[in-house]
Amino acid sequence: MGKTLFEKVWDKHVVQEVDGGQEILFIDRHFIHEVTSPQAFDGIRKRGIDLYDKHRIVATADHNVPTKDQHLPIADTLSRLQVDMLSQNCQDFGVELYGLGHENQGIVHVIGPELGVTKPGMTIVCGDSHTSTHGAFGAIAFGIGTSQVEQVMASQCLLVQRPKTMRITIDGELGQGIYSKDIILYIISKLSTSGGTGYFVEYAGSAIRSLSMEARMTICNMSIEMGARGGMIAPDQTTFDYVKGRAYAPNDRWDEALEYWSTLYSDDDAVFDQEFVFRAEDIEPMITYGTNPGMGMGITQRIPTTDEVERPENLLKSLEYMGLEEGSSLLEMPIDHVFIGSCTNSRIEDLRIVADYVKGKKKSDSIQAFIVPGSKQVEAQARKEGLHDILSEAGFELRGPGCSACLGMNEDKIPKMEYCVSTSNRNYEGRQGPGARTLLVSPLTAAVIAVEGKIVDPRNYMNKEVVA
Amino acid sequence: MEKFTTLLSPAVPLWEENVDTDQIIPARFLKATSREGFGDHLFKDWRFDEQGHEKPDFVLNNPNYSGSILVAGENFGCGSSREHAAWALVDYGFKAVISSYFADIFKGNALNNGLLPVQVSREVLQQLLDGVEKEAMTVIEIDLEEQVLKVGDLGIEEHFEINSYKKMCLLNGYDDIDFLLSKKEQIKAFENNHIEF
Repeated sequence: MGKTLFEKVWDKHVVQEVDGGQEILFIDRHFIHEVTSPQAFDGIRKRGIDLYDKHRIVATADHNVPTKDQHLPIADTLSRLQVDMLSQNCQDFGVELYGLGHENQGIVHVIGPELGVTKPGMTIVCGDSHTSTHGAFGAIAFGIGTSQVEQVMASQCLLVQRPKTMRITIDGELGQGIYSKDIILYIISKLSTSGGTGYFVEYAGSAIRSLSMEARMTICNMSIEMGARGGMIAPDQTTFDYVKGRAYAPNDRWDEALEYWSTLYSDDDAVFDQEFVFRAEDIEPMITYGTNPGMGMGITQRIPTTDEVERPENLLKSLEYMGLEEGSSLLEMPIDHVFIGSCTNSRIEDLRIVADYVKGKKKSDSIQAFIVPGSKQVEAQARKEGLHDILSEAGFELRGPGCSACLGMNEDKIPKMEYCVSTSNRNYEGRQGPGARTLLVSPLTAAVIAVEGKIVDPRNYMNKEVVA
Repeated sequence: MEKFTTLLSPAVPLWEENVDTDQIIPARFLKATSREGFGDHLFKDWRFDEQGHEKPDFVLNNPNYSGSILVAGENFGCGSSREHAAWALVDYGFKAVISSYFADIFKGNALNNGLLPVQVSREVLQQLLDGVEKEAMTVIEIDLEEQVLKVGDLGIEEHFEINSYKKMCLLNGYDDIDFLLSKKEQIKAFENNHIEF
């Protein structure tokens, strides 16, 4: 019997099996950030040990950094202490840090790939659930808790139970104005917020193959939103072209690397524990209406009624929080904020999509629109391409890189009861600030809504040149 | 880590399903650099209003319910990987959470902090939620050695699953790092033959 992509990569990293079916899994790369690492460094110090291999760790400050005036000292005392502690820890232990102000700083899941740290066939972990992003390169990448951050620091390994395998195939061609964010919101709406629990997902099919690396990252990023440990996509020419030439790419051993990476796909006779197949043609621009990412629908659809769902009380509780009615349409609903950013959709391609649409237009006066690029490199590239000018002329506020309003940890919060159309990944109660109401969409849908000031079907507003 | 053997306690019924870690501990409270003190912010926005007053409808504010066991709706702990969620529950005083389903990362984080996630069937969960809500002093017994959950008053005696290695860790108060550090030679040997680019 053949092996799945997941099994090929996993098996290459098993140091040893232990009792209870746990395995000692070797971890190639470990990303750390300021929020989930201080207690782990503290643990290492208390044990009186050193890091197993400091060269396998890359650090950045992203969750808790301000996105305005990044050149100034951080105003919030606790945030400043946390960011300073990361710098101190990295200095004490000799870890490479792309801190605030560094030209490579940014959201950890944006900078890993853009620096070429993320590569096919690797195992990658980080104390952040969206580590699944890196799976877009054919890596096994997943989020861990702080005790596990300490484990990896101490031993370069994790004790883990091998997850089950799931393949989700999307065949066909995406319609106009449909992006990878719509694909993943569609999948999660079908599988629910817990449908992937216990599984590691491989995304396959012609619609996936046709996507850029940025778009693939968006899909893998949200694997956790259906409960899956991670998601991955078999590397192909698109992957190799993206990695080649980047700072940490194996440029001096390229042919050798390529030969190995080319073996990383699921064999024809490989068996998955679970399979789903969807058609790209069935996917509309998606939007969420509830308080978990599984509560999404095509933008022209109606919110389900209590008769149509298995757990009516959950639906009613969510809709009460959101201030929405069961069975209603979201079209024409006024919106207060548009946030474009997060590890899901803050890459250069996302900014290009938004800029392409808003070029020569103005955002609605009733909307506060802000864009937070994923990294300093994305910011620099956007400037180079003139996107900054287009976006600011359209009335978007441009900020410095960070996680920002995706999780409302810094001061970038959405006020209570106000509606935010967001390109981020979670619409939980209070995620973007206490009482904030989040509707998740693609960058194009967000851009169109920013201009119109209300929820509309982006397909009715497409620029001719964007269609290509 | 504290040892976990047997726990006898009344419980707090939390009916909500899909309780995500942003509810357990909102991101704005993740700025601390130690593991202590998160219990004050446990379920912050469900527990307190904007002025910091207790919301009387929330179960943790109901003086009838107490104890070190939380009985929660399906898919508890989904979302962010923040271990602060497990720390907050432990700091508040919980030693076990019972649900019909746990999100993967939360489950791992809980086990690494001596907080036992006990997974039961949907039917048993329903019985527990109903029973505890009606009779707040219903005592639940969790015997980790025997892997049994017992509630005499409700006639429940349920076996639960736990990874045998994790069970050993909890019973003895060991953690994974001690174990992995003892494997350093094997890890080094593995790394010497490991091909990566």
